[in-house]
Amino acid sequence: MADVTLRTAPLDKARVLQWLQTYGVYAGVAVLLIVNVVVTPYFLSAENFRTQAVQVAPVIIVALGMALVIGTEGVDLSVGAVMALSASVTALYLGYGLLPALLVVALFAAVVGLANGALVALVGVQPIVATLALMVGGRGLALVLLPQLEDLRNPSLASLGSGDVLGVPYLILFAAVLALLVAFVVRRTTFGRQLLAVGDSRPAAQLAGLPVRRVLIVVYVVSALLAATAGVLATARLQASDPTSLGNLMELSAITAVVVGGTPLTGGRVNIAGTVAGAVLIQLLTATLIKHDLPPSWTQIAQAVVIVAAVYAARGRGKR
Amino acid sequence: MAPPAEVLAVRGLSKTFPGVRALDDLDLTLHAGEVHALIGENGAGKSTLIKLLTGVYRPDAGEIALHGRPVSFATPLEAQKAGISTIYQEVNLIPLLSVARNLFLGREPRNRLGMLDVARMSREAERTLSTYGVHVDVRQPLRTLGVGAQQMVALARAVATDARIVIMDEPTSSLEPREVETLFSVIRRLRDAGIAVVYVSHRLDELYAVCGTVTVLRDGRRVHHGGLADLDRLSLVSTMLGRDLGEVRKEGLTRFTGDHGPAEAEPVLEATQLAVPHKLHGVSLSIRPGEVVGLGGLLGSGRTETAKAIAGALPLRSGSVTVAGVPLRGGSTPAAIRAGISLLPEDRKSEGIVPGLSVRDNIALAVLPRLSRFGLVAEARVDGIVNTFVERLRIKASSPHQKVGELSGGNQQKVLLARWLAMNPRVLLLDEPTRGIDIGAKAEVQKLVDELAADGLGVLLISSDLEELIEGSDRVVVLKDGRVVGELTGDDVTEEKLMRTIAGNDPVRDAVEEVAADG
Repeated sequence: MADVTLRTAPLDKARVLQWLQTYGVYAGVAVLLIVNVVVTPYFLSAENFRTQAVQVAPVIIVALGMALVIGTEGVDLSVGAVMALSASVTALYLGYGLLPALLVVALFAAVVGLANGALVALVGVQPIVATLALMVGGRGLALVLLPQLEDLRNPSLASLGSGDVLGVPYLILFAAVLALLVAFVVRRTTFGRQLLAVGDSRPAAQLAGLPVRRVLIVVYVVSALLAATAGVLATARLQASDPTSLGNLMELSAITAVVVGGTPLTGGRVNIAGTVAGAVLIQLLTATLIKHDLPPSWTQIAQAVVIVAAVYAARGRGKR
Repeated sequence: MAPPAEVLAVRGLSKTFPGVRALDDLDLTLHAGEVHALIGENGAGKSTLIKLLTGVYRPDAGEIALHGRPVSFATPLEAQKAGISTIYQEVNLIPLLSVARNLFLGREPRNRLGMLDVARMSREAERTLSTYGVHVDVRQPLRTLGVGAQQMVALARAVATDARIVIMDEPTSSLEPREVETLFSVIRRLRDAGIAVVYVSHRLDELYAVCGTVTVLRDGRRVHHGGLADLDRLSLVSTMLGRDLGEVRKEGLTRFTGDHGPAEAEPVLEATQLAVPHKLHGVSLSIRPGEVVGLGGLLGSGRTETAKAIAGALPLRSGSVTVAGVPLRGGSTPAAIRAGISLLPEDRKSEGIVPGLSVRDNIALAVLPRLSRFGLVAEARVDGIVNTFVERLRIKASSPHQKVGELSGGNQQKVLLARWLAMNPRVLLLDEPTRGIDIGAKAEVQKLVDELAADGLGVLLISSDLEELIEGSDRVVVLKDGRVVGELTGDDVTEEKLMRTIAGNDPVRDAVEEVAADG
């Protein structure tokens, strides 16, 4: 008997890591929920849940696009800038009505995505460098278009930001629908399979005749469009266009959500459910610490711990 | 004249990797002023030997003695300090530093204040490099130089660091003919200066032009050593490939059934004068339906490049490919695939399989758009195709959802074959289809190639396994240094004829004699 236990001991460690990697993020969310139910007053109120969900919705939407980009072994640093750009453009074109304004926003976002995609797929610039250029340039353009914060008074925009269906805010609905849509694309479409193949082994994908460049370009355009969606929704909720600070550090939050959710940075795998849970985990963690009056620096340290834990759990996979 | 001093003596060197005995009880002796050819096919143990000599690997058994003293290198740096310098195929210098800085890296001249003496460094660098035929502004970053010039800088650096032994691993693979000449004159100068040179190359002309002695490796063992002039080309090739000329005509061991007797049909594939910089210099070949055309030649002769060029995976400088009479847009893999060309790449792991995807997704990868409507995958049709091929090719996986990276080499190869057969190709380019797979799977793959040809596919077969090449092919086109040097048909498809064609004539007899006289 003792012999058997000895032999299984190392295997168990590997299994625990495996389990953590797959379910760790959900376990983390569950633990935080339980802890909060016990120690945080009024945590179970519908109002609190609503607030948390509305706050996390833009992060989820951006992280969905980020997960796709990371699935191709890339990264998109320009998402925060695209949010700011969409806030500026919304303010400038809102006079023509909400729908025309949204179309112009989509156009701008598509151009940024195309620029990212072209730099990566056609020119061959590393994704981190290509999107860094658009990150700096995009926010610059946003500030040129609209130099300072501007209040927006448009009833349709306001209802987009604060309206709801049966008590569920539009923001949450958008995030949920988009998450399902992206998960469907990854699992059931030709594009999804090709994206994973390109991310896992680009030479093999190329020799198998896949449209590698097109896949890469489309991925960056989708990421920019999702970031623009998040930007418009956040602007609608604020009822103000704030290109200076909207989307600041959003790229890092999104990458964190993706990585914590179990999508490896090495590409070839995309975990959408995990990404959503990853965003929720960070949101809950932040909210918990704030509710207990810990300074923001503690929040950052806690986030760092979660990231390190996620990377540690993922570590075994690549080496195996 | 006293016999030259022994610089390096290797005795009983062995190295084993999991599952492979890479080097087995190897002896090697180098004398001062000797240019020693080290040759062998893939997996013969050349790289392992070089890595053991340069401190990258540690030997399992045996000893290395330098100037009569046993040595043991823990790192490449220690080997370098002991006087063993290596020039690899790809230049390993620092591209962003200046040429002069690269040349003097780690031993820069200082002035009295201990500062870098840039003026002196540049002056000396210019003088040194001019003796190597490199006349450039040495203050420019190294990367602005051509590959050939960069290689010369690497060589100059290796020699300048007081090397007693210089190992050159295929130094000419990216050089222009003129640069090769310069390299040879440098090698001769090194030889005259009493430096021992180990020269690794697959180009026979080069070996006979500069080398005096030779060691032939095969399967980790030394199968021949001695003066190169005593060994004619045919013997060299047959020793390297492990084929005793007398035994060549014995009965085969492969599962090929032999001739397919192709009708005099129009070629399904015609490649005309394919040229790829540094790799191919006008290769033409044609394949008729139902015909297996073998592509013979040594490593580096341009076999893989020919297959890749046909498949649109290499940009062509000139030349054209037509499939069933229709010209193909060059340099586009998707266009080639649409025309019915399928390539099974040589490097299965990094260019073939997508390791993280399942068996199912790997098989369906190329054919997916045809099985989809509005971009949505028709899962039932995918399952149908996958099941058909898993059964037909007897792919052993725990389920179609197992990751391909977890399968054995033979099963990975079958998955790749299934990926292409699902496309209903007209031409199948097989680059080393049975390398690194077990005997059972090998026989199955060979049998399959036969069946496919019988079904009317045109097949191009590349194999370093001579037996496989001879018995599997109806016709063999022989390449050498990126050119077609011969074609064997009918009764001429024999190992002996193939080796004679590879060995070719001896246009550089003079050079051989010159070296032999000195050696």
